[in-house]
Amino acid sequence: MSIDLKTIKHISKLSRISVDDQKAEKLAGDLNSIFEFIEKLNELNTDNVVPLTSVAETTLKLRSDEVQSENIRDQIIKNSPEDNEDFFVVPKVVE
Amino acid sequence: MSNITSQSLTSLVKNIKDKKLSSEEITKSFVDRSEKSKELNSYITEDFSNAIEKAKKFDQSPNLDLKLPGIPMAVKDLFCTKNLRTTAGSKILENFIPTYESTVTQNIWNEGAILLGKLNCDEFAMGSSNETSFYGNVQNPIDKDLVPGGSSGGSASAVSGQLTPITIGTDTGGSIRQPASFTGTVGLKPTYGSCSRYGIVAFASSLDQAGPMAQNVEDCALLQEVISTYDTKDSTSTEYKRNHYSKELNKDIKGKKIGIPKEYRVDGMPKEIEELWQKGIQYAKDCGAEIIDISLPHTSYALPTYYIVAPAEASSNLARYDGVKYGFRAKGENLIDMYEKTRSEGFGAEVQRRIMIGTYVLSSGYYDAYYLKAQKVRKLIKNDFDEAYKKVDAILTPSTPSSAFKIGEKKDDPVSMYLNDIFTVPVNLAGLPAMSIPAGHDANGYPLGLQIIGKAFDEQGILNISYAMEDKINFKNKITDWWIK
Amino acid sequence: MVKSNPEFLIERKDNIYEVVIGLEVHAQVTSNSKLFSSSSTKFGAEPNTQVSLVDAAFPGMLPVINEFCVKQAIKTGIGLRAEINKRSVFDRKNYFYADLPQGYQISQFKYPIVGEGTVVLDMPDGQKEVGIERLHLEQDAGKSIHDMDPQNTLVDLNRSGVALMEIVSKPDLRTPDEVSAYIKKLRSIMRYLGTCDGNMQEGSLRADVNVSVRLKDSKELGTRCEIKNVNSIKFMQMAINYEANRQVDLIEEGKSIDQETRLFDTKKNETRSMRSKEDAHDYRYFPDPDLLPLEVTDEFVEKLKADIPELPDDKKKRFIDEFKVSAYEATILVSDIETAKYFEEVVAKMGKNRDMKLAVNWITGELFAVLNNKNLEISQSPISAKNLAKLINLIKNGTISGKIAKTIFELMMDGDKDPQIIVEEKGLKQQSDPKALEALIDKIIDDNREKAIEYKNGKEKLFGFFVGQAMKVSGGKANPQLINEILKKKL
Repeated sequence: MSIDLKTIKHISKLSRISVDDQKAEKLAGDLNSIFEFIEKLNELNTDNVVPLTSVAETTLKLRSDEVQSENIRDQIIKNSPEDNEDFFVVPKVVE
Repeated sequence: MSNITSQSLTSLVKNIKDKKLSSEEITKSFVDRSEKSKELNSYITEDFSNAIEKAKKFDQSPNLDLKLPGIPMAVKDLFCTKNLRTTAGSKILENFIPTYESTVTQNIWNEGAILLGKLNCDEFAMGSSNETSFYGNVQNPIDKDLVPGGSSGGSASAVSGQLTPITIGTDTGGSIRQPASFTGTVGLKPTYGSCSRYGIVAFASSLDQAGPMAQNVEDCALLQEVISTYDTKDSTSTEYKRNHYSKELNKDIKGKKIGIPKEYRVDGMPKEIEELWQKGIQYAKDCGAEIIDISLPHTSYALPTYYIVAPAEASSNLARYDGVKYGFRAKGENLIDMYEKTRSEGFGAEVQRRIMIGTYVLSSGYYDAYYLKAQKVRKLIKNDFDEAYKKVDAILTPSTPSSAFKIGEKKDDPVSMYLNDIFTVPVNLAGLPAMSIPAGHDANGYPLGLQIIGKAFDEQGILNISYAMEDKINFKNKITDWWIK
Repeated sequence: MVKSNPEFLIERKDNIYEVVIGLEVHAQVTSNSKLFSSSSTKFGAEPNTQVSLVDAAFPGMLPVINEFCVKQAIKTGIGLRAEINKRSVFDRKNYFYADLPQGYQISQFKYPIVGEGTVVLDMPDGQKEVGIERLHLEQDAGKSIHDMDPQNTLVDLNRSGVALMEIVSKPDLRTPDEVSAYIKKLRSIMRYLGTCDGNMQEGSLRADVNVSVRLKDSKELGTRCEIKNVNSIKFMQMAINYEANRQVDLIEEGKSIDQETRLFDTKKNETRSMRSKEDAHDYRYFPDPDLLPLEVTDEFVEKLKADIPELPDDKKKRFIDEFKVSAYEATILVSDIETAKYFEEVVAKMGKNRDMKLAVNWITGELFAVLNNKNLEISQSPISAKNLAKLINLIKNGTISGKIAKTIFELMMDGDKDPQIIVEEKGLKQQSDPKALEALIDKIIDDNREKAIEYKNGKEKLFGFFVGQAMKVSGGKANPQLINEILKKKL
């Protein structure tokens, strides 16, 4: 298989990382060599294997429905690159 | 007492408890040595004057019942520290100051330790040489222009160079064990679920585990005892009876069954690694352990599996770095433009590469072929270990397929860089605990490590084996302080 | 099962089209704290004051699930007569948006907590069953505000992380009326269960509407469009109407319909495409590695089942059987849990000599009119069930007439006054003493001797005049039945 520039552009769009042509070329090269090595998995027949998503040897614990965090707006907004004290501010969304 | 910084954690704690040393003396010694060691570039953010202040305060009314009384300590910059910048080695978090503390570091401060600063690491822990850090390469104290390994490169460098008595790293695919091996230090990756992930910048959630790095096994056991707690803030944290690892540390491993997996004898492995392994087997025998040949048939599939699972999770975990709530933001004409520029300028090349891999393997049409396939192979890898542990108590392998390499040597060849983690990655996929202990040197005098892999939650077992072997190995790190002018 | 009518069919020159509708309803779970964090879910707080580090997706923050929300989802599943999945999995739905701080929404994709179920609609011509495909738990996003600042979009994360149930119906709905009935029924069930307050103004209930059209009697489904995030029944109906006609027009013109997401513009009353095809979303769902599969035991589910209150369908049956109300009346009485509660309290307080007809009429007539006028919920009724029951009993036992009752009802609204006291204070008790009434009538006949003679001579219309006089003189309190009897005798 081979990952072409169109695919690179598509996944860069999905991951919201801008990629110019030069960078796309480089990425395509890197990804192709990485996937070549990943393709090794195709040697294995895994038809009847149950996928493993977590190795945590525990069950999901449920917490009780209590409000514990108070208003920490100052803390929440403090690190934001642009704010107006009440809101997070982002460039206008164009639909 | 002249040479404070060369003392082990255990001896520093003893000296404080015996009132032979003050926290201030110790802290100043490490600060002083760190100041002289800028060339190593182990630190991203220093907090030295605060540390000295805290040490003075500790000395005013020292609580000597604590496990780390007044002990200064730097930590990997992947742990969020309240009011001290936390960058994860990335430009995108260059100005990020958490208002909260990770559970693991909180556990450490609760036992009386004092934060020295934040240690360099590969960007978002993605790397095996510390070369992906936005804050520059880290030098291995062993030799100039040698990588310290990664991603906990700054941590390994700082322990090995004696800029901190102990430290903590994180290990997603070998990020504690490989740098420990490269720097002649001891590193433990605990069982998945042993240490809380709360407040640790996430790389790959199903693989990430924090763990101790130290000069010897005893120190490692003590730190593991402090950091491993059940935490309700992490849904994958496991509630189980945790040992008093340092108290229960024991060199008697007579009759322990240690497995030697034949699949770790990989093509092109340097002779000196094979010899190290054989030496290790002999040490284990000398300690009274029983050596058993075992098979982990899917070993060679671990790395390809890892390079699907880890980037997939990372591509999603790193979506939150979008320039909206915190961190770096590039100017953009509109929201999407801002996102794309922020992430393109804020992330380094390796992180972008992995986000792309992860996005690709999860994308429509490829999920089954890659992500689902990897989850299934992960199951097979776990099954291998489950089978093996019916016969043995622990498994002994080399930590890495080679000793430390030169800065720049593998930087432009991602696959050869990834191959560095070939022995460590299966352990993360199976969620098991494993340690790297220094066991010898290569022809250049660079350290080489052995890995001891345990059953889930049997940290005590591998600590004991390591402790016993450490005694027989009697390793001495060859450090010349070349960087101190 | 009777097919519902009137059919919503779209006719063109030679063809008649049927509309196929499926709904994805997003219902906010009633809970104190959010699905994966402990911040408050209260509506109407100052922006970004109910946001925790988890909700704003700070580095290293992890989700921990709220047990109550899990229970609420299972209870709702039981109410929808649905299969409860003992094991469900949380997935990440990945996309970037300003009000989605994690860059993904935690949802359930492959393994939802609730599987297939059924909702029964009471349509004018009979019942209709609508299939439920699934119900899953997910996080709500924050809010982007586009009109407060000319250059920027402002983001409020108060809603970020609030628990939602997404209830997906099968494409079983055919008309806007059925859609309305379906939403109302879902809302009613969830309010009975206390799992969602159903408040559409506050956004607690909103829906994505899937619309497709096909030739009548065709079995194939047409290409569907999804109209996103419609927040009132009226708008849903308008959107369906517009969208169905748009699709029919395209087909009639020989064009094809693109499967896409559309937005309903409430001002222009039209739907329009939200995203171009090139930018089609690829959500890259995968199991959230920060969470483990959600596993519940049989015991856990059984305990919840035991706590399920009587639901509208059962209540309706019981009202018909036990209180002998009509099916139509029962439907009205059970549609809202508060109405049903009120009705049952009135019935209980009326005691042995209860009059169901009067109770139903007073509640659905006078009381509903007042509530409507004052824009009040029945739970805020100015007249308590206890006092309404008393009023009804006063009518029933002849103490007051229906007409006087209406006067008393008005007076009761002032501070939920006891009707008995009003009767006594105002002396409104019906005069039913035959002797007194006879005397009163004798006097009236005496005073209107000429009219009495005319009546006797056959001018029967004048009987009404005498009744009026009697009522007037008695101040409306005279028992009308007795007046009639006595007048007939005396005249």
